[in-house]
Amino acid sequence: MINIEVAELLESWLAKRLDHNQRVWFDERLKLLKTANSNKELHITLGFIPRKLPRNDLELSKANLDQANALKPGWDPSDWSIDVAARIAVLCRVADRDPIAFGALFQTLCQTADLSESMTLYRGTAVFPESDRMDKQIAEGLRTNMRAVFEAIAHRNPYPQVNFDQHRWNHMILKALFIDSTLAPIQGLDERANEELAKILCDYAHERWAAGRVVTPELWRCVGPFATGTMIDDLQKVVESTTDNECYAGLFALQASSDPRAATILAQQADKLEQLNQSAITWESITE
Amino acid sequence: MMFIDPHAHMISRVTDDYEAMAASGVVAVIEPAFWVGQPRTHVGTYIDYLSSIIGFERFRAGQFGIRHYCTIGLNSKEANNEELAEAVMEILPQFALKEGVVAIGEIGYDEQTELEDKYFRQQLELAKELDLPVMIHTPHRDKKRGTSRSMDVCEEHGLAPSKIVVDHNNEETVREVLDRGFWAAFSIYPSTKMGNERMVDILGQYGAERIMVDSACDWGISEPLGVAKTAKLALQRGIPEAQVKLACYQNALDAYGQSGQMKEDDWLNPPPVDQRTVYEGNSILRGGRDPVVEESSDRHSTDKLIIK
Repeated sequence: MINIEVAELLESWLAKRLDHNQRVWFDERLKLLKTANSNKELHITLGFIPRKLPRNDLELSKANLDQANALKPGWDPSDWSIDVAARIAVLCRVADRDPIAFGALFQTLCQTADLSESMTLYRGTAVFPESDRMDKQIAEGLRTNMRAVFEAIAHRNPYPQVNFDQHRWNHMILKALFIDSTLAPIQGLDERANEELAKILCDYAHERWAAGRVVTPELWRCVGPFATGTMIDDLQKVVESTTDNECYAGLFALQASSDPRAATILAQQADKLEQLNQSAITWESITE
Repeated sequence: MMFIDPHAHMISRVTDDYEAMAASGVVAVIEPAFWVGQPRTHVGTYIDYLSSIIGFERFRAGQFGIRHYCTIGLNSKEANNEELAEAVMEILPQFALKEGVVAIGEIGYDEQTELEDKYFRQQLELAKELDLPVMIHTPHRDKKRGTSRSMDVCEEHGLAPSKIVVDHNNEETVREVLDRGFWAAFSIYPSTKMGNERMVDILGQYGAERIMVDSACDWGISEPLGVAKTAKLALQRGIPEAQVKLACYQNALDAYGQSGQMKEDDWLNPPPVDQRTVYEGNSILRGGRDPVVEESSDRHSTDKLIIK
């Protein structure tokens, strides 16, 4: 049911953004797909969407985004373009007809996808019916070095938070750092933080420091709640940084720690803490 | 000056090449599906190859501010492996409509066997059905007759010469190709196909209408700056700038743009979704450096000791 509702919502947004000819073409393809017996018509439809329809951003309103989130918690199409929405609407209708077969179809589509198809397919996992096959394919997708494809899974997508086990979650976070992506758009970042991840991230920070490379301040967000022992030493080093964002990240992380030493360091950094409290800085803005 | 290299097997090239190409002014490349040196023996490896040129290679090029397009086809060498060829023909329609596919190619003749002929014709029909341009690989051996025959077959199948690029031309073939209304491409490939001094002479003799220059750089000893170097040499030797632009940029855009998959806006004014995700922007377009065509050579000197 959810798939039809998602498709209908996407189609209502598309209707306002397509001109007459584009709408006629798209409606005809949807009608054709209802009765198609093979996947050939589906391949052709998906192939033609970016050729027949615009590729501009949907530019959804706050009200639109609220509708999306109400329908499927965590679904965030704020950076979707028109062709992305059209392809996902089509796939939701196909998925609704046979949710079991959809997993295999999803896998095949991913295996022969071009770059923007890959991104679209993985963005769609926010709303597609869950299956073992799709889950395996998402794991495969995470192994990519194409940042945009990785981010289609990791960013603004409720799937990882809901479905990943701790091992896969931790590796997604680490991989995000490794390919210079950002953490803030990952849903459930605070809820899914864990001790194992905090240790892995501190090791990673030490590696970066040893190589004379920058450590993104965002990293400490996943460390703070579990910081104790040498991790507190790391955070002390971070708050003493000459870079503002690093220092603020360290302060945020220490505030999340229940270790008594964290409170001591925070007390020593009262001036900077005051500065931070007066500002509008958040974890989200520290990435920028 | 902006350049397009309408024939470059980037899958075989390293990042230094992308850097040098971007610095020299290349804004777009077309990667024709071809063989990769080692013959493929399974359709599965073919599928992964085609997926690579529509996927990862496009991403890789985007990191250097170069827009990557490709052509999809069964090449003439591997057309001689009938079992493989049959299976590849089955999967081609699934790939031919992917984003950035600007032609069916490179197809044509190698040894001019019956099997080559069979699959060449089948792919011309596919191009007709999908309304795509065609990139023709003309044979290295028995070239003149092979080139004429390729054009004969295209005409026999009712394809418009204006949608067909005949590639790897030389002094012996160019006249007929132009007279018959096809696009004539030249591969500046050291020692075998074409040198750029000869190319400049051809521009001097024929002008630049329907002529385009490419590098055909691949896994062999080849020159990814073939287009930029030819443009520079042509200007030095007095070829008018307008003609250099036609041969090194505009004609490729006009010929392959007929696919609807390649537009100047792709690099001059990319859609926001691309700017956020897959295309870093070209240094030439950002800062307008003059073409640098010699810079890359000293990268391999061990005098540059520090690696960060």
